[in-house]
Amino acid sequence: MSELIRKNASELAEMLGKGEVSSVEVTQAHIDQISSVGDAVHSFLHLTTKGALAVAAEVDRKRAAGESLPALAGVPIAVKDNLTTTDAPTTAGSKILEGWIAPYDATVITKLRQEMMPILGKTNLDEFAMGSSTEFSAYGPSKNPWDLTRIPGGSGGGSSSVVSSFQAPLAIGSDTGGSIRFPGAVTGTVGIKPTYGAVSRYGLIALASSLDQIGPVARNVLDAAYLQDVIAGYDPRDSTSLKDSLGSMVEAAKNGSLKGKKVGLIKQLSGAGFQQGVQNRFAEALKLITDAGAEIVEVDCPSFEYAIDAYYLILPAEASSNLAKFDSVRFGMRVTPEGNPTIERVMAATREAGFGPEVKRRIILGTYALSAGSFDKFYGAALKVRTLIQRDFDAAFAKADVLVSPTAPTTAFKFGEKVADPLAMYLNDIATIPANLAGIPGISVPIGLADEDNLPVGIQFLAPAHKDAALYEVGAALEGILEGIWGKRMMDFAPKLEVN
Amino acid sequence: MSDVTPDLVRHLANLARIELDESEVVRFTEQLGVILDSVAKISSAIDENTPSTSHPIPLTNVFREDVIEPSLSQEQALSGAPDQGQGRFRVAAILDEE
Repeated sequence: MSELIRKNASELAEMLGKGEVSSVEVTQAHIDQISSVGDAVHSFLHLTTKGALAVAAEVDRKRAAGESLPALAGVPIAVKDNLTTTDAPTTAGSKILEGWIAPYDATVITKLRQEMMPILGKTNLDEFAMGSSTEFSAYGPSKNPWDLTRIPGGSGGGSSSVVSSFQAPLAIGSDTGGSIRFPGAVTGTVGIKPTYGAVSRYGLIALASSLDQIGPVARNVLDAAYLQDVIAGYDPRDSTSLKDSLGSMVEAAKNGSLKGKKVGLIKQLSGAGFQQGVQNRFAEALKLITDAGAEIVEVDCPSFEYAIDAYYLILPAEASSNLAKFDSVRFGMRVTPEGNPTIERVMAATREAGFGPEVKRRIILGTYALSAGSFDKFYGAALKVRTLIQRDFDAAFAKADVLVSPTAPTTAFKFGEKVADPLAMYLNDIATIPANLAGIPGISVPIGLADEDNLPVGIQFLAPAHKDAALYEVGAALEGILEGIWGKRMMDFAPKLEVN
Repeated sequence: MSDVTPDLVRHLANLARIELDESEVVRFTEQLGVILDSVAKISSAIDENTPSTSHPIPLTNVFREDVIEPSLSQEQALSGAPDQGQGRFRVAAILDEE
């Protein structure tokens, strides 16, 4: 294993800038790691390594010619396969889009190309990002590099497993109810859901448009900050894109501090009922936060009790509408039944063959929630709960700069443990969902290993909308304190990946 | 208890244009019932005076400048179609023969 792949993205960027290493060397080292562990971890659905090496060579040529280059030029990255790309298939983890090549790049992809970051490939996800484990990917699950018999989180388990198995230093994810933060927590990596609208969704295959947000996946907070600064910004092609800049996340991460901060401990998410090892690490982290000069204040968010329920009505309702576009006409699969069927029967046969169980379940649930007779009781009520959750956040942020909770109730679970029980699967997102309902930013930062299973535990910080910088500040500060105590990085605890 | 029946699931699947097989109808009837029983408690959290929030950031009438920009060519737009001809998406009959 090349030492290069264990470097953080910001370290690689610095080495590249000083000419200590070439981008081709860095990119090739990651391609070698993909060859070595890729089959065992199954993070990628499509590789674009040839294109990545071409970009790397171009970066090296420009650097040799003395041209000035963007901060992350030459640093390789992987992207979730629900972002459209013109040079590789985009499947969103679904059979219905198998082999589809998009006619345009997502805005985030365009930004990565402008930054001259070699894109190594497209990462696995639960079908259309519906799931917490990648077990609902039509192309098979990704594995958790800490223990290959366990899930890497979802829906962005491809991106979290890529970064935690050193196949790429950075990845892009999308977070609708925790799909960046939950995978981050269970793989010992950093995941951020920026403020709604901070990153353009143009070219992101929509799951639930009022909840979806693209964000960075990385092995430390500073790397994530560099990536957010690359992908954020106003985009006229996304009508929900924020016009105002949120400032420099890199600066916030470099000035990481907890001193004088008011940190709100959410009463409803303080860890009661969570796995014991999660509670233990969380309690220790709170102590470190206090020792670093922050003040912990308890905040009460009573409506959070209804967050999962509201979410599992709003999301399916929006998804049932968004996924109507998969109609066998403009792109993707077409299944034509025997005889002389009408287009409606062709659509129904195609969607039956092309969609997996969780997607069908949620489309049918969403269709019900929106239908006359049940609208008020379900979808309409969920929209009202959304107001209550926003009010809870408003009240909490009147008392605290940031809020804190464990990212997830458990560490990574085993394959098959929850796949047959939708409600059990939905509970993984209990701490992450409220942020999506309110549009506020959240970060998951690793805080050590659970006592009972030696698997990673994450802490979540939440900040008011537009205050993403506060997350990078407190996240980087806590990470620095922990690395000081450990004398090493979180990923240095990971067992050696056993591959054949 | 929920009032989800196999007929309701068939009706919803038909509205959503998904031709479920019978084993899926049975499974979804049970699972949908469990999910709806669980989420129905949200009605106890609200009353008629609670305002609705459909979107995290209030937005109205978002427009961009009306300027001509390059867009997808017809060829690009058709490039992913399962079937096409004469510059159009080709589909099965819209209306039944009856």
